[in-house]
Amino acid sequence: MSKRSFDVTRLPGTAVIAMACFVVLYIPMVILVGYSFNAGKVIGNWEGFSLKWYGAALQNEAFLNAALNSLILATTASVIATLFATMAALATTRTEKFRGEGAIHIILNQPLMVPEIVLAIALVIIIGQIKQMTVYTGLGFLIAAHTTFCIPFAYLPIRARLEGMDLSLETAAADLYASRFYAFRRVTLPLLAPGILSGFMLAFVVSLDDLIISDFLKSPGQDTLPTYLMGELKRNLTSEIYAISSLLLLLSVLIVAGSWVATRKKD
Amino acid sequence: MNGSDTGRRWALALPAVAVIMLFSILPLGVVLVYSFLTPGDFGNVKWIFSTEGWFSVLFERSIFDDTISISGANITILLRSVILAIATTLITLIFGLPTAWFIATRAPAQRNLWLFLITIPFWTNLLVRTIAVQEMIRSEGVFNRILLALGIIDAPIQMMFTDFAVLLGMTYVYLPLMVLPVYAAIEKFDFRLAEASYDLYASRFFCLRRVILPLIRPGIIAGSILVFVPALGAYITPRIMGGGKSMMLGNLIDLQFGQGRNWPLGAALSITLTVLVLLALIWYTRLTSGRKERDHV
Repeated sequence: MSKRSFDVTRLPGTAVIAMACFVVLYIPMVILVGYSFNAGKVIGNWEGFSLKWYGAALQNEAFLNAALNSLILATTASVIATLFATMAALATTRTEKFRGEGAIHIILNQPLMVPEIVLAIALVIIIGQIKQMTVYTGLGFLIAAHTTFCIPFAYLPIRARLEGMDLSLETAAADLYASRFYAFRRVTLPLLAPGILSGFMLAFVVSLDDLIISDFLKSPGQDTLPTYLMGELKRNLTSEIYAISSLLLLLSVLIVAGSWVATRKKD
Repeated sequence: MNGSDTGRRWALALPAVAVIMLFSILPLGVVLVYSFLTPGDFGNVKWIFSTEGWFSVLFERSIFDDTISISGANITILLRSVILAIATTLITLIFGLPTAWFIATRAPAQRNLWLFLITIPFWTNLLVRTIAVQEMIRSEGVFNRILLALGIIDAPIQMMFTDFAVLLGMTYVYLPLMVLPVYAAIEKFDFRLAEASYDLYASRFFCLRRVILPLIRPGIIAGSILVFVPALGAYITPRIMGGGKSMMLGNLIDLQFGQGRNWPLGAALSITLTVLVLLALIWYTRLTSGRKERDHV
């Protein structure tokens, strides 16, 4: 390629625009993290370097409670969603078309087609009624709602992995007198594992990220990290908000880095 | 396939199907029903059939003499939502396409680093990213501080709570959603085709327009739908950046179930928003399914 007078992969101006994009994407986040080390209470008003708002956040009962809720909710919802999605993906792949397969596929993707605010309102109407009738106000409602919108995110990568899978391996196992279950456990499942892992990760992050549905459905004391942050944004604007935001940012960097390392090993 | 196997497959898919039926499809059905009921006195609904909810999406009745006029506020918000969603899609495309091109044409080792940098904001909490943009343009924020310090302005420029603020916020939060699918398409592009067109004396522009763009079109369409759909139904970003002054459909819906206490109108608006999103998705499937056979040649 170097022999040519110009490089076909070059388009004038793209590098400049790309650099501008990266700068624009990162400057606000860098400034946010910078201000989280602010000694002053007023956000954005620099009064010297300090870690005190991180200290304040880590001693803040409401914040810790929200973090715990988020963790319980994201773990439970994504585990259930991944389990159900794996079963559904196994049911809808590696076969000739069967009656209702198209319907299952549409139903499983349906939560993706509805704006989150609409699903939130719809769930509030129904769950509000159930809350009145049953007096139950536990995390169950949030877990059910999160499981629902996590299922398509878990289903899509698992299904994609199954579709790309070589069926002859299972046939070979069967030829060698493996039972159906044995073939599934020792052949299909290990091959499917990366798909299940990425489905689970996606579901976990989507649940962790959710603000609207959690905010509408939560009972008192059930703040998650995003709903707590949103509440603080309305109640008291202190530098602690930026410290908490930075912690959430750090969490996503860790998750992205972790999943990169995990997938790199697999390949 | 025999009947019992079909039954087994249905049974395997049942838990996932049941959860979505119960907690997504059924509630949406209830919203549809509610849009045809009468508003209750303190929120909620009365079980009396009425088309008033749907009527109020576009019109309003005067409380004094029952004259009907077009609801300016609702129509403004509807139009703003569609226009801002389209504008966000176009701007993210204008910036996202060159960025995707840049990443896809790096050496493989370097490419992963750039991809990593796009993936981090993609996975970062939407609220956190919106707070970060807000810090840039709020009255006491970074831009105003810099401009004030440089003596360019005497008083802070009010940028928050405008359409511009909402557009800026949405462009910022949805940009990675455009870059990733476009990148995936460019990465698969066979650069020998571009080379061939140059050999046949195509200009750079001609090659871009007639060779490259048609082949990466699926990625562009996918990116556009991934940005347009959440932008149209956006709630958090317009709430923080636009406040009460630059509302979008999502916020108007929320208002009807909150202060507005008009659940049927809120339900009708919810169905309207859902239908708009579905139309965009149908348009997307049309565009992509029509091309599949040709792509495989």
